[in-house]
Amino acid sequence: MRKQIFQTIYDVLKADNKAVLLFGDVGTYGFRNSQAEFPDRVYDVGIMEQSMVSASAGLAMQGFTPIVHTIATFLVERSLEQIKDDFGYQRLGGNFVSTGASYDMASWGATHQCPGDVGILKNVPSIEIVVPGSAAEFDSLFKQSYNDGRPTYFRLSGKSNADNQEVAFGKASVIKTGKRATVIAVGPMLERVRQACGELDVTILYYTTLEPFDHKALRDNIQGGKIIICEPYYSGAIAVDVSIATASHPVEVTYIGVPREFPHHYGTMDDLDAFFHLTAEDIEAKIKKVLAK
Amino acid sequence: MKHLKENIIRTATEANEGHIPAALSILDILWVLYDRILGITPENFSNPDRNRFILSKGHAAIGLYIVLAEKGFFKLEELKNFGKFDSRFGGHPDRTMVPGVEASTGSLGHGFPMAVGLALGAKIKRAPSKVYAIVGDGECNEGTIWESAMLAAHNKLDNLYCVVDQNHSGDPALNPGDMRQKFESFGWQAVRINGHDQEEIYKALTQKSVGKPIAIIAETIKGKGVKIMENSAEWTHKYPTKEQLEVMIKELE
Repeated sequence: MRKQIFQTIYDVLKADNKAVLLFGDVGTYGFRNSQAEFPDRVYDVGIMEQSMVSASAGLAMQGFTPIVHTIATFLVERSLEQIKDDFGYQRLGGNFVSTGASYDMASWGATHQCPGDVGILKNVPSIEIVVPGSAAEFDSLFKQSYNDGRPTYFRLSGKSNADNQEVAFGKASVIKTGKRATVIAVGPMLERVRQACGELDVTILYYTTLEPFDHKALRDNIQGGKIIICEPYYSGAIAVDVSIATASHPVEVTYIGVPREFPHHYGTMDDLDAFFHLTAEDIEAKIKKVLAK
Repeated sequence: MKHLKENIIRTATEANEGHIPAALSILDILWVLYDRILGITPENFSNPDRNRFILSKGHAAIGLYIVLAEKGFFKLEELKNFGKFDSRFGGHPDRTMVPGVEASTGSLGHGFPMAVGLALGAKIKRAPSKVYAIVGDGECNEGTIWESAMLAAHNKLDNLYCVVDQNHSGDPALNPGDMRQKFESFGWQAVRINGHDQEEIYKALTQKSVGKPIAIIAETIKGKGVKIMENSAEWTHKYPTKEQLEVMIKELE
């Protein structure tokens, strides 16, 4: 998915002379072609994430569509107030494309990790949140929504699903239908959810846009009075949406996602998935436990 | 200027809202900008290539509102509701509600980097427009001011003018030292002026750039024109009694 950022943004810069890219000294090599071809609209601003976000709001005020890129924790957590005030409150459109979701950078430690991004941004009014499950899905979702006049966060992950889904911004899709429960897979969790569900008699709903949340898709696909949410970030970020969508249906909701704790381990994404019990096998066991109740 | 100062004091006192001393500190600068520099009117405000002004120290909003009212962006009477639920005018400006306001500032250290983005955007468009910002000297404690100062200098934004309202009110907490020297060392063209001398302000705002952004360190007095308020920490967010108000208004003469 990481490589796709460079191609997709290059495509957009080429097609739209209102698109301007600011990045925080991350992806310098990947953006070299864009920088060479569009020197007036591509800026490596150095390491100043807060100013980068505010300056991109200034560009939006001049009628440009800014695209801002750096590592998730610096983009979302360090620059949160800039995203909130300068884009959300001011009603400006822009795009925040991150790399290093959750613990993709496992070996770099928790300073470079950001499992809180979706939950944090869910609390900023008007910010759209997109979690693609593959490179092709990012390409499609970005091109569908990058210039919709709203601030949009694109959360790119180190893990991708094996298959690409047809994705529409703001819409969830049904991967398979079954009667005993509804399993929600968010972005790159779909691969593991599909493996975990195997032949189980469950519905799998796939979400790549978390804000605006497709309440109708969930309301129309509640099965067995049980909802199991599989999220690749701190679990519970879409809890309010699930509550709204299921308000008139008594359901039991189970959350499978990253627990709110610092790992204090290094290693790989897979190591931390195993540490947090988020492998396909772990997820299968949890789903089966819910179904057995 | 007397009636503008009176409007600031009366409006804030009636509403029991707004930073009077901060507004008086920058009033001369605001007036020169709107009267002689910006060329912004209610009629041409939708021109995408207009000059831009950002009040980065958004807590001085009452001063901006009074000047915008004077320039016909809205009626002065509307400011009587300042700070009320149904008012368009609050302690910090909202660009989505107030005609003539470019940016919703308030949280310090946001407006200036937005001004840098605006100046960069004007360069990309090859527009002849200029961008002006007022930042507080206390606001310069914020790291984003210096991040953005470097960004502006690196990109040779000679269409950007930053006026530092140096009223020294924050010095006891954190003395910033020689602000002119600091901006110069960050790659800016910098001058120091008397921020209440309108001819000096005009001259500084029309100086030619030598390919650098321009910093104008304006030595000001917080609460300028009202002796009891001048450089008084007590009056930062305080309102006069009826009796005090009349004394203050008389003093303005």
